[in-house]
Amino acid sequence: MSNYPLLSLAIWLPIVSGLVVLATGTDRNAPLARMLALFGAVIAFLVTIPLWTGFDVAQGGMQFVEIKNWIPRFNINYHLGVDGISMLFVVLNAFITIIVVAAGWEVIQEKVAQYNAAFLIMSGLMNGIFTALDGVLFYVFFEASLIPLYLIIGVWGGPKRVYAAFKFFLYTLFGSLLFLLALMYLFIQSNGSFSILDWHKLPISLGAQIWLFLAFLIAFAVKVPMWPVHTWLPDAHVEAPTGGSIVLAAIALKLGAYGFLRFSLPIAPDASHELSGLVVALSLIAVVYIGFVALVQTDMKKLVAYSSIAHMGFVTLGFFMFSAMGIEGALVQMVSHGFVSGAMFFCIGVMYDRVHSREIADYGGVVNTMPKFAALFMLFSMANAGLPATSGFVGEFMVILGAVKFNFWVAFAAASSMVIGAAYTLWMYKRVIFGDVANHHVAELTDINKREFAILGVLALCTLWMGLYPQPFTEVMHASVNDLLRHVAISKIQ
Amino acid sequence: MFDNFVVPDLLPAAPEIFMAFMALAILMIDLFVKDSRRALTFGLVQFTLFGSLGIQLFTSTGTVDYTFSRMFVDDMMADLLKMFLYITVSVVLFYSRSYVIDREVMNKGEYYVLALFATLGMMVMISANHFVTIYLGLELLSLSLYAMVAMNRDSIMSTEAAMKYFVLGALASGMLLYGMSMIYGATGTLEITGIGERLYAGGVNKAVLTFGVVFLVSGLAFKLGVVPFHMWIPDVYHGAPTSVTLFIGSAPKLAAFAIVMRLLVSGLITMAPDWQNMLIILAVLSMAIGNLAAIAQTNLKRMLAYSAISHMGFMLLGIVTGVVSVGGQLMLNPFAYSSSMFYVIAYVMMTTGAFGMILLMSHAGFEADNIDDFKGLNKRSPWFAGVMLMLMFSMAGIPFFVGFFAKFSVLQSVVAAGYMWLAIVAVLFSLIGAFYYLRVVKVMYFDAPSEESPLVAGMDMRVLVSLNGLAVALFGVFPDYLMFLCNTVLAMSFGT
Repeated sequence: MSNYPLLSLAIWLPIVSGLVVLATGTDRNAPLARMLALFGAVIAFLVTIPLWTGFDVAQGGMQFVEIKNWIPRFNINYHLGVDGISMLFVVLNAFITIIVVAAGWEVIQEKVAQYNAAFLIMSGLMNGIFTALDGVLFYVFFEASLIPLYLIIGVWGGPKRVYAAFKFFLYTLFGSLLFLLALMYLFIQSNGSFSILDWHKLPISLGAQIWLFLAFLIAFAVKVPMWPVHTWLPDAHVEAPTGGSIVLAAIALKLGAYGFLRFSLPIAPDASHELSGLVVALSLIAVVYIGFVALVQTDMKKLVAYSSIAHMGFVTLGFFMFSAMGIEGALVQMVSHGFVSGAMFFCIGVMYDRVHSREIADYGGVVNTMPKFAALFMLFSMANAGLPATSGFVGEFMVILGAVKFNFWVAFAAASSMVIGAAYTLWMYKRVIFGDVANHHVAELTDINKREFAILGVLALCTLWMGLYPQPFTEVMHASVNDLLRHVAISKIQ
Repeated sequence: MFDNFVVPDLLPAAPEIFMAFMALAILMIDLFVKDSRRALTFGLVQFTLFGSLGIQLFTSTGTVDYTFSRMFVDDMMADLLKMFLYITVSVVLFYSRSYVIDREVMNKGEYYVLALFATLGMMVMISANHFVTIYLGLELLSLSLYAMVAMNRDSIMSTEAAMKYFVLGALASGMLLYGMSMIYGATGTLEITGIGERLYAGGVNKAVLTFGVVFLVSGLAFKLGVVPFHMWIPDVYHGAPTSVTLFIGSAPKLAAFAIVMRLLVSGLITMAPDWQNMLIILAVLSMAIGNLAAIAQTNLKRMLAYSAISHMGFMLLGIVTGVVSVGGQLMLNPFAYSSSMFYVIAYVMMTTGAFGMILLMSHAGFEADNIDDFKGLNKRSPWFAGVMLMLMFSMAGIPFFVGFFAKFSVLQSVVAAGYMWLAIVAVLFSLIGAFYYLRVVKVMYFDAPSEESPLVAGMDMRVLVSLNGLAVALFGVFPDYLMFLCNTVLAMSFGT
């Protein structure tokens, strides 16, 4: 299987199909554009499946490696590969792209071709980020992926979309520009190599490591987002169309977290140990404080956006425990959050399409008119709150276990978020779904149609599968995570 | 009686001679061409440009050839820059064609002939190895441009711009000449490579020399349009007819880069520590003022003018870092100059496209030079909105567009030279710069169109602008060939 350039296909198939979709032109050809987009997304997903089935779980290094000279002048290579850390995200990303195309099927009636093309191109670019093993290649994908999301928020977003799009773009650009300088510094230190794997072996003094770590931290913290640079996320989420929110939560947030594992920890291990307190503190603030912020939201999308920040706090927390349990838990949490937050945003989108309001106060008693929807929404809310037997539980539980070993009080604070998470999610669920029918809008609601049911059903299956039997997800991680930990344990200072 | 007269080797200057001859010929021929048959003149001009390109290709030797008593040099850098120059001018004239036809006062043979003379001026600048040659080329270029700016003589704006351009340009030329005379006083020669040798040998009056360098750099800064010598740029860009703005904003940057290389690197390399500090100040100020002032603009031409200032500032960073002082010893960083050259070429490509878009949107009696004129372009023409999107993101330095690799290679040499703070300043101002490019994209994609009419531009225009946009993307995905080319020609020309 590995004779085929699977990773290149995973990157370029969606991009090319995006361009083909774009070529269908005006909205007269909208049905064709939708079909083509779905077709492209499905094909792109299919080519990523062999990555999982053909993955050698015993091997911690890079697999499916492709390497070609790209810019010899700077020794930049088109170097791709996946390990146990990145592989799942490529598959997840391709999967979510199908969901996104399906989610916009009826809702998006304007500029359909451009809408679908933007998501397909973005999906390809994000696969590029997860698979790039060359610093510049990574950066190029990292930065280029801003363009489609900027357009998605700005063109199909809500009333404050322009503000949100600019804030999103400039915030993330700010982070990544300093990151670029860090890459250039590493290029010089390593005597002219942009290979991330070379950098992993590069000895660096502690002072330089700390600067590098901080540059990485700014870039990735903005993307994750971590408190206090999280403020772009609620704006972007609220204004983005449903598909945009799904991609943002399910995939785009993972890019920053992934960056920590690919850059911060292995390139600056000593600084990571040195500054782990800082990251842990920021993560706990995200988990606890942002949890409380979520509690008081009146806008459902904002609430889920803040809950995303809290969940991502768990992820960064897990990374900086320096234990297999913590990192694997964080990775599981990332994948799970992909399903759950995607589903949550889709659920909110379902209601928004019917009522055109995201305010919790505008709802109440939805269960009376949308029973099927209420049942599925229940499952995802539970998963979001971290109920056992859902995917949300596995990751959080593992991270908390890892944290207990690290420091009891850190674990205590992290565990308290299970309570807060349950509170804001279930309280929102109660106010929206239960009770008497609140107004005539709710009374006129129609239950989800086949398309919506299929999307939510698939996501529900994934959530339950991961919650009940996480083995296939965790087994691919073991070898790579252990390699990473062994690497991080060795000082790079000479 | 002709004992001492040696016929100079004309071959290295063959393209210039051809250009001069054709320009004069076209000036004559055009007298007999009616206004309605102006296409003939246009065709001849294009023929001249492509003819020069051909001659350039065939006479390119790969060696450094001096002629006219070492006043004129033909090296690979000159060859490459001139080839880009012909292509740029040719594209510029294609872009301006319908604009000029729509505005009758400008549709005269002089417009094309002046463009050719300006091109000739730039060619002479690129190949100059002597202060007098540089001045000759510079004045030929400037005088042609003054006239072109004023061509739309009924427009008060244009006339004002031409006046401003002329007065400030003359002042700058004065400064340049003054600096040159000082350097002549110190070294006793006007020949650039000769100056380099004298300085290397030592024993030169440093005070006079430094004085000269200050004036020389100020003069260059004027011509490049970097802060604090930038005041003419916004007004001239704004006031000149768009087709002339396009001309001023594109090709002369190539020539300006060449004279910077000739004067500072060929001639005054031993003075590098002196001019480096000056250039750093110029570069930082340009990036700051250019990017900040661009935010406030509502006129696209003015915005692009400030963006030009910031881009030239960024380009200077590559020149700054060409010589690195390692423990008191001056070391050459050969990649730095090629990164600047790559930057200039990329910039010319982008700016030509951006002004091309303005021209494409304009039609008789309507100048699409306000940012708001691009409102809802995505609705009127998704393809050209896409082209403009690529150009804007490229200028902002976002991958996969050529602007990213231009910024990347310059930044890389800044970091390699150890100026980390300068690199941080540069990226922070690029961030600010991203804002106003994003705003153009916002206007095209997020806003509703204020007029629904489809674009009226002709097919040739559409194809060329599209190709221009695609080139920005193509060189963004495969920048290596162009980088390699810049590297090689500079290595062959300066032996770095």
